[in-house]
Amino acid sequence: MQKITREQLIEKASALLSNSTVSCVLGWGMGEFDYDVTPTTFNSVEELEKGFVFSDFCGANFSKYLVKKAAACEGKILVFLKPCDTYSFNQLLTEHRFDREKVYVVGIPCEGMADINKVKAICGEGILSIGSKGDKMTVTTLYDDEPVSIDAKEVLAERCLNCKSKKHVAFDELLGDEGDVIESNRFDEVARLEAMTPDERFAFWQNELSRCIRCNACRDACPACTCEKCVFDNPNSGVENKSPANSFEEKLFHIIRAYHVAGRCTDCGECSRVCPQNIPLHLLNRKFIKDINEFYGEYQAGAEEGQRAPLVDYTTEDLEPGEVFDRRDSDA
Amino acid sequence: MNNVNDTLIPKVGVITDVRIDTPDIKTFRVVTPDGKKAFDHMPGQCAMLSIPGVGEAMFSITSSPTNEEYMEFSIKKCGCVTDWLHNAEVGQQITIRGPYGKPFPVDDVFAGKDLLFIAGGVGLAPLRSVINYCRHYRDRYGKIDIVYGSRSKDDLLDYQEIINEWSTDSGVNVHLTIDNPQEGWDGHVGFVPTYVKELGFDTNKVAVLCGPPIMIKFTLDGLCEIGFDKTNVYTTLELRMKCGVGKCGRCNVGAKYVCKDGPVFRCDELEELPDEY
Amino acid sequence: MRKCSLDKLNLIFAEIAKDAALYLPADQTDGSAAYKKWEEGTALSDALNTVRSPKDFFFPQTEDLMKFKTQGKNIDIIDIRTALEDFVIFGVRACDVKSFDILDRVFLTEPVDSFYASRRSHGIIVSMACTRPSETCFCKTFSIDPANPAGDVSAWKSETEIFFEANTQKGEDFLNKISSLTEECDDTLVATQKEAINKIMDKLPLKNLDTSAFGGGKTNELFDSPAWAELSQSCLGCGTCTFVCPTCQCYDIKDFNTGNEVIRFRCWDSCMYSDFTKMAHGNNRLTQKERFRQRFMHKLVYYPENNDGLFSCVGCGRCLAKCPISMNIVKVMKKIGGNKSE
Repeated sequence: MQKITREQLIEKASALLSNSTVSCVLGWGMGEFDYDVTPTTFNSVEELEKGFVFSDFCGANFSKYLVKKAAACEGKILVFLKPCDTYSFNQLLTEHRFDREKVYVVGIPCEGMADINKVKAICGEGILSIGSKGDKMTVTTLYDDEPVSIDAKEVLAERCLNCKSKKHVAFDELLGDEGDVIESNRFDEVARLEAMTPDERFAFWQNELSRCIRCNACRDACPACTCEKCVFDNPNSGVENKSPANSFEEKLFHIIRAYHVAGRCTDCGECSRVCPQNIPLHLLNRKFIKDINEFYGEYQAGAEEGQRAPLVDYTTEDLEPGEVFDRRDSDA
Repeated sequence: MNNVNDTLIPKVGVITDVRIDTPDIKTFRVVTPDGKKAFDHMPGQCAMLSIPGVGEAMFSITSSPTNEEYMEFSIKKCGCVTDWLHNAEVGQQITIRGPYGKPFPVDDVFAGKDLLFIAGGVGLAPLRSVINYCRHYRDRYGKIDIVYGSRSKDDLLDYQEIINEWSTDSGVNVHLTIDNPQEGWDGHVGFVPTYVKELGFDTNKVAVLCGPPIMIKFTLDGLCEIGFDKTNVYTTLELRMKCGVGKCGRCNVGAKYVCKDGPVFRCDELEELPDEY
Repeated sequence: MRKCSLDKLNLIFAEIAKDAALYLPADQTDGSAAYKKWEEGTALSDALNTVRSPKDFFFPQTEDLMKFKTQGKNIDIIDIRTALEDFVIFGVRACDVKSFDILDRVFLTEPVDSFYASRRSHGIIVSMACTRPSETCFCKTFSIDPANPAGDVSAWKSETEIFFEANTQKGEDFLNKISSLTEECDDTLVATQKEAINKIMDKLPLKNLDTSAFGGGKTNELFDSPAWAELSQSCLGCGTCTFVCPTCQCYDIKDFNTGNEVIRFRCWDSCMYSDFTKMAHGNNRLTQKERFRQRFMHKLVYYPENNDGLFSCVGCGRCLAKCPISMNIVKVMKKIGGNKSE
């Protein structure tokens, strides 16, 4: 499905390594199967040729890794960013989370990444290989004599089905076009939840959040969660990163987290991608984004470096808290 | 169900005496509400003390097993449980469970040997138990040397007991030192590791070390320099613990659990462990 | 061996549920499976396995240990342990059944953990053979046979029938209870299924995973391997691997003050977390590399050293499927163990 190939990326990275523009490369490392890639730092052309992969399963947002990896790399680090990753990149820069001078960004086009769970829902367990050609994926499994051909669109990750932008908002160079912001239906599901009665909505979240195992993967993968010491890691806070003491606590955790990233969340969707329990955590953040858009005018976190988010900015046109209350009443 | 004991369920203990030892160390005397010792222990073993709602933490038992009336804990103020204890008054109840860990081999390896105890700061707390045990069964052991150092005279733990009891025992030599000169102190000044080398002991003794990690490291190096074999040197470790019985996983280093396989280790055994303690 | 038609499975569940709480893997709204308490209408999931392992039944993620009432300087310790009723866990896969042995060696060695022991003694395990293992499965590496799952009762499911065989007295009693719904049969069909499973096992991509580099006594050889830094470089430090793992058993003990009493509870903890070993005066594992190494060294070296060579992994593949960065024990074993061959 991807238009850009592994070879093109290795070629670009090798050139930048060879001419000393960068001293290491943050890319996708080969896994055991065709879908389990690991974010990996490559230090040489040989390492790239041996272990670098690029496929429909390279969904991880590399921006947050730069906080640690840019500092650890001796010279500049090359990072390949997909359009949606560049929004997180800008947001992190706005928050001074890493040194821009230490990073060389190559923007790469993205046709949307696949969700292995969706592949498995169609093809079942026992996947031996996944190949990609044009709009089709070819899956061989332990249980089918013939490879199964599936439509790549059918297995797109939710966040890619609702892609908000193909535009690269930060880069040093591009492989492909700069791209455009596109129309999406990403708020449809939020609107559906808003249309529910409070009881229905509570039941919805109760069901979803009841699966939470408090592993903190959502927080640890989130590019907006870069506090050096999270309150949930502080033993003295009484809410440190352990299992919930009761059924209310996991809701508390996710709600607090959603509030904390409000206005800073770029809607990259990493939280939902990494959740081992498939909780649609992005919907909490999207609700905040939708509200911010409606209350303060369209705002996209990370669209520009250094922009002031509505929640940390004051204008005389800002709506009054009472208006929010009235709006809630009229909606109910 | 409730008649099955579980080591995680503690007993109630009452603080019957609080002694201020140094500016940041207090010694707490603990008995059960009916005035008895909560349990028997051997020198070097520990107990879990807790204050419900504040937390639970592992402490070495400072008193000697030969004390049949009560247990004592010398506790330095350095975290939430210890802060709370330092504010506690006589009569305060706490919870206590134990004993945990492997004790010093006082009845086999130590028997008949000359003993050298080396402690720094609050590191005397676990050694006081074994020193008093050996003093109580004086004829079972050879000569006893005690080297103890602290930042200042005011930071020396159990000073009155050391001066009035240990120093007056026959066959017991106490060598005190403080880090820096101080008015009213005419004893030795200097760090423990250097002092040990200066004193230059016979190497046919069993040595027991306890103190801050840096002191242990340099003292052990010093002992080896003057000819001690690591198989004759013991120390105690301290890591974060929750269960005390090798199940919660917290104090796991290599294949050992400090709470159950330690806290007492022979220094050659320590060398076998990965460097994570 | 006893069997019954799958049409009657629901009747069997109803019969079991008369005397004991019955838990079985059921589909959830997100498409994954989880153990649920059976009630009329609950269907056994076809999923290969649940996201959360059944260790919850014996070692729940959170459990209250005791309560305290404090008044002035006085403390009252309240033992809240109660007598448990028998319960049945139905459809446990061979890997997960084996995980109970691994947990037993921790919780049932002296001093016995009474909370775990009590649950363990009241649980009846009905295991289920795996007819469609996943590419992430590597239970054979640890000598686990998915065609012959252990447990009090072993079960095999075909398209139309389910077969039961008791392995313990508890299992016999269990089968007696449902004897009116099952009939005696020979093991021809089950033998055919076992053969089919074995054929698939021979085709699994991880079938040759090698454990020879690991085991007790390997600490010094493996601890300083430069590969730890490489393997852990992108570890997020989350607890996903630990919490989906059927054999991870580290726990924390915490107090919760409700206002009029203090509840002391135990909850799962993760050696991957930054505060796991943090004390008032320091932390002996400061970087994620050290924490990451601890988890795998414990499973592959320390645990076997203390437990007759038994590894603390059952090859269930949950961490392979769930790690956000797809780093897992298989990659560790191949890299650290120097085994790159398939």
